[in-house]
Amino acid sequence: MGYGDYQCMDANGIREDGRKADEMRAVEIECGVIPVADGSAYIKWGKNEAIAAVYGPMEAHPRKIQRQDRAILDVRYNMAPFSTTDRIRPGFNRRSREISKVTKDALESVVDLELYPRSKIRVEIEIICAEAGTRCCGITAASVALADAGIPMSDMVVSVAAGKCNGVVLMDLNKPEDNYGEADLPMGILPMTDELVFLQMDGDLSMEEFKLCWDYNVKAAHDVHAIMVDALQRRYGGDV
Amino acid sequence: MSEDSTPSEQDSGAGRLVHPGERLGGHEGAEAGHGVRRIDGQMVAMRMGNLQENGQMVSIDPLSSRYVPRAGDLVIGLVEGMTNNIWFLDIGASFNAILPMSLAPWKVEFGAVREHLNVGEAVLCRVQEVDETQSAVATMKGMGLRKLKSGLVEQIPPHIIPQVIGKGGSMLQALKDLGDARLVVGQNGRVWIDGEQDGMRDIRSALKLIRDTAHLPGLRERIDALGE
Repeated sequence: MGYGDYQCMDANGIREDGRKADEMRAVEIECGVIPVADGSAYIKWGKNEAIAAVYGPMEAHPRKIQRQDRAILDVRYNMAPFSTTDRIRPGFNRRSREISKVTKDALESVVDLELYPRSKIRVEIEIICAEAGTRCCGITAASVALADAGIPMSDMVVSVAAGKCNGVVLMDLNKPEDNYGEADLPMGILPMTDELVFLQMDGDLSMEEFKLCWDYNVKAAHDVHAIMVDALQRRYGGDV
Repeated sequence: MSEDSTPSEQDSGAGRLVHPGERLGGHEGAEAGHGVRRIDGQMVAMRMGNLQENGQMVSIDPLSSRYVPRAGDLVIGLVEGMTNNIWFLDIGASFNAILPMSLAPWKVEFGAVREHLNVGEAVLCRVQEVDETQSAVATMKGMGLRKLKSGLVEQIPPHIIPQVIGKGGSMLQALKDLGDARLVVGQNGRVWIDGEQDGMRDIRSALKLIRDTAHLPGLRERIDALGE
């Protein structure tokens, strides 16, 4: 199948995996999956699967990376070699470095770093199974893991993506829609205020399409946020 | 922090599980306490935990936390290293505390610190001072502060210490009776247990029970059931 041959929707407006244009994949989150970590979360987002673990605050090493007035976030996004059909060579690459950086920037806007001067908070995100949208998956899991670790935050970042395929704006692109589509717009949203803390755009969108993607994302962010809160509450046995 | 596992029910919102970013609402004129911040005039929960209302103060009892040292805290430290005149103690905080030889209870010759305390040994000490960048100085000069030569050290998360001590020390006494052992709870979440093997084992399982279920009501009944 070449570029342009792919049909993301049938005549009834139903996508390949049975969703409508504004529908997102099923999301499941579980907290505390890594007992030795200070906080952790497992997320299943469609066929995407990721684990995030948080360690710290701990002393930042080497000393030259310490900040005298605040903590630093050390975010590492990594895809397991077996997470995709093409084996990924283990270790950092250009893409994982970029995603680690944008994840760090998104999380830094909510975490209360000033409380822990000279410290480091380690956030590890491991993608176990990838099906487009792993950076959103990772950021969302990292937010839940940070909350589970008891790190003070002004809000939890929820990351979701919308995009365009065959000229139709679609919520939460899956693998073929992402590969053959025209645009992808991942966003990090603070659900309490609808503020934007992270935005990337791959491809071109018209102003109207961009606004529609934004609306889709904000709505989806609220849905995912409810799942995140539910996961955290289940971890601690609901209301006490 | 509440002294037992049942939250006070004087106010409707108290004891409610809140998550980071949650707008607490309905607290006009209240003061933001631990884990709460006022953002744009609204009370916002900054961490996961149980909401507490104490008079005009709204705060959150965290469900997970790391030890943050404060001057005067009684802590159990593990020796991690030393120089000619200083020991470095792991007190469970983000940073190691230093114990200068001048604050040790012995007459220490310069360069002979290892003869008194070696790597891996545990000491009961007090935090003397903490600066704004979390560097802590520990002291062993004071009543009861000593090297721990027997028994074992167990770790609990620092935020459940009030539950381990209980109202007026009642839970601590129950634990001591359960294992017929000596018990010291450090503010950093380290618990020193010294007694017979069986007793120490019973106390360890009781501490595990507290660690796993401290956030649920009826903790005292569960601990009492262990002793029967």
